[in-house]
Amino acid sequence: MSEPVSALGGAVFDGAVKVTELPPRAMFSLKGDLASKKIVKAATGLTGVDLPGPNSANGAGENGILWMAPDEILLMGPRTDQATAAARLEKALAGTHHLLADVSDARSVFLVEGEGSALREALARLTPADLHPEAFPVGAFRRTRLAQVPAALWMRDGSAVEVLVFRSVAAYVFGLLGHAAAGGSLSHF
Amino acid sequence: MLILTCPYCGVAADETELAPGGEAHLTRAGVESSDEDFEAYLFQRKNPKGVHFERWRHANGCGKWFHAARCTVTNEVFGTYPAQTLEPPKEILDEIVARRPGWTLETGP
Repeated sequence: MSEPVSALGGAVFDGAVKVTELPPRAMFSLKGDLASKKIVKAATGLTGVDLPGPNSANGAGENGILWMAPDEILLMGPRTDQATAAARLEKALAGTHHLLADVSDARSVFLVEGEGSALREALARLTPADLHPEAFPVGAFRRTRLAQVPAALWMRDGSAVEVLVFRSVAAYVFGLLGHAAAGGSLSHF
Repeated sequence: MLILTCPYCGVAADETELAPGGEAHLTRAGVESSDEDFEAYLFQRKNPKGVHFERWRHANGCGKWFHAARCTVTNEVFGTYPAQTLEPPKEILDEIVARRPGWTLETGP
């Protein structure tokens, strides 16, 4: 099988915040009744983390479950042996009404790191989402937009946010994040 | 700027995260209907100065369609509710009457 490569080859921007394009990850979109025990078991069994509540995400390293919609979660894991992981999921979900798709090539992931208020302000320059620590605490996950494109923000800890965007706009978003972190005061939060 | 709370995911979404879907609670006129009814279904829309029921999609978000009751003059939002309803729920109507005394729901096209 061919070697998966990320859209920007692991590009890094270092300024008031540091933007790093993360290596490719395995991602599975799973739609179904999130109250179903079988779906929860399949998701937690593969990723090893608990099912998150609405507008939040749980993760450990590269593994994670992201709450995308009331009937949709995104499962993430390391980009190794996806076929086995997909087969394992399908087996665990057999007989349950669901929709499972391997979307590993659909999105790029950026890690944006910085001191809390600078990090929040750099992102707030690009999105209408409320990023105040009270509205967007650690562990919160929100699908929104960054300037002209859809994006998802995941507050991993107080000084790191993972940004998921469609792969086709990776270069655009990388440029945006760099510009947002440059110039002006980043101390309003 | 309009902020609507998505009734499905609970996110207070900015207008730019939403896609507008026009007037809510339209009744489709099918092939069995008269030309006049079909034309009305296709083209004739309410354009009130005041309370209006609309469809919106949480496009840059959970992706669900929902309904909103809004004042077209002040952009005041009376409430949002799921799309799986044929008419505005009672709590939304009560909220509108509380803020617009004397207002009544217009029925029919």
